[in-house]
Amino acid sequence: MSNFKIILSITRIHLLTRFKQTSIAALGVTFGIGTFIILVSFMTGLNSLLDGLVLNRTPHVRVYNEIKPSSKQAIEFANEYAEAFHVIYSIKPKLSQTRIHNALPMINAFLADERVKGISPQCAAQVFYLAGSLELNGRITGINVEEEVGLFNFQEYVVEGKPEDLIKTSNGVLLGAGIAKKMSLHLGDRIQVNSSSGGRFALKIVGIFQSGLAEIDDVQSYVNLRTAQTFLGEGKDYISDINIKLWDMEEAPSMAKEIEAQFNVSAIDIKTANAQFDTGTSIRNLITYAVSITLLVVAGFGIYNILNMLIYEKMNDIAILKATGFSGRDVQWIFLSQAFIIGLIGGILGLLLGFVVSVMIDNTPFVTDALPTITTYPIDYNPMYYIIGIVFALSSTFFAGYLPAKKAKNIDPVDIIRGQ
Amino acid sequence: MKKLVLQTKKVNKYFKNPLPFHVLKDISMHVEEGEFVSIMGKSGCGKSTLLYILSTMDTDYEGDLFLDGQKLNGLNGEELAAIRNEKIGFVFQFHYLLAEFTVLENIMLPAKKLGKKSEKEILDDAMDTLRLLGIEEQAHKKASMISGGQKQRVAIARALINHPKIIMGDEPTGNLDSKNADNVFNIFKKLSDERGLSFLVVTHDEDFAKKTDRIISMGDGIIEE
Repeated sequence: MSNFKIILSITRIHLLTRFKQTSIAALGVTFGIGTFIILVSFMTGLNSLLDGLVLNRTPHVRVYNEIKPSSKQAIEFANEYAEAFHVIYSIKPKLSQTRIHNALPMINAFLADERVKGISPQCAAQVFYLAGSLELNGRITGINVEEEVGLFNFQEYVVEGKPEDLIKTSNGVLLGAGIAKKMSLHLGDRIQVNSSSGGRFALKIVGIFQSGLAEIDDVQSYVNLRTAQTFLGEGKDYISDINIKLWDMEEAPSMAKEIEAQFNVSAIDIKTANAQFDTGTSIRNLITYAVSITLLVVAGFGIYNILNMLIYEKMNDIAILKATGFSGRDVQWIFLSQAFIIGLIGGILGLLLGFVVSVMIDNTPFVTDALPTITTYPIDYNPMYYIIGIVFALSSTFFAGYLPAKKAKNIDPVDIIRGQ
Repeated sequence: MKKLVLQTKKVNKYFKNPLPFHVLKDISMHVEEGEFVSIMGKSGCGKSTLLYILSTMDTDYEGDLFLDGQKLNGLNGEELAAIRNEKIGFVFQFHYLLAEFTVLENIMLPAKKLGKKSEKEILDDAMDTLRLLGIEEQAHKKASMISGGQKQRVAIARALINHPKIIMGDEPTGNLDSKNADNVFNIFKKLSDERGLSFLVVTHDEDFAKKTDRIISMGDGIIEE
């Protein structure tokens, strides 16, 4: 132990008498680690923002009744043509209801499933927004506000008013921002809506909704589920979509298949609907780590260089230490501990630098129509990145110091002393 | 006969580069306890080579080497380093101090490495030794800031700090003027007489050698008695 102490005291003097070189070596590490922290925090912040944009909003499984041609046409039921080659012209979709058949028992079945976190039934209706004599084409979806807020962060897209106000007002509407702009409507105003079946309704605007996608904001509005059903002149069992959120997203594809097989409806899972997002995330992560590792390798070469020079400068000292009873291993540790200390100090400063710049980025205004609730750049302060950073700093400096230290260990003092 | 501090039996040494060369031929010699021995010989006769073998730093030789009754050949680097630390003191021609350390730190370093005494005891020892050599007022100066003669005395103080069995010198006065050279000799002589320390000094300086207890003359890899 005393051996360790004396090695450290020699290390300290070596480092302090070469303060400039030491600082430059440490700064290399600081820069590398700092950049790593900034990059990874910013990139993953951005990733989770983008993922959240899609993944939080999107149901894990969406159940709906798809209008499509019968998969088995009439001719195929006829046994006498079973072996024949069928040519059918002008296939039309099968006439059926647009709602989900038997939706309420289905909802109860989903709620009983322990994989399901929650479900949100919806009822979509085609409408016309009336502005004087002008009719604007649109779409109104009846929702269960509590479920939408709880499961799909609906409140993030309500830029004026509160989604909860919809519950209190039975004929309230959360109007799309695009429509509100076109028709110069504001919070508290009333709007006339014609349903496709001909009924006319007056709705009160309790909120403005903005998804960030103009094509949605120009047509889409939200009302209470019951209001939408009344619109269509239908009963409480008229449900056009059931959005399901699972505890574990990974189960979505198998769950979707199960539902299709069990209930004779269409079900699409999030993985199929948003396959490109996974790919984007992993590629962004790859780039982040590749750039950071490159920076740290460059910093490592800096340390290697400086320690190598130091050892040439310190040949005499090494010979003296060995002559007065320090073993090769002691000398090796003197130089290794120098690399280690450079790595530690540089690494900690790097974490600090990374954190400070991250905080600065986090407070930089970032306003975009696409993300109405985001006001500053996103940063992910995951402590794991800081742990990875310091481990990387220490290991890269250790490797950078290892070769020079080994060289110092093997220096023959007789060569040095006789050489003079 | 007095106890032998250092003894060699038929030590042979070869240089392989650039040409095979038999440097030391069957060297058998010894140093008794308290004896002040000098080795003389012309350049290239192998006296420094012999000294580095005796110092345990050079391990590439044939034959047997004993220090304080312990056989040294065959020990590994760590063990030899520990023996150098505890039993051998060195004084070189060029003072070989750690330039960035103070005089006191230079002297204390081998004792701290040995680790047998507390920091306080080592400090007291170091100051005593400096006082003995008359350079106590230089204790807190950087080693690079003192004169050549003072550096050599600091090197002697460092050699003494662990109370070694033997002090070896490679031309310890070779780089000093005659006044400082006499000074170093007087210190060695005093330590030899008063403390019973053994000395083995390689030198060119005939005046220096004549004043020692015994001269070993070397010529072309052999000892000429």
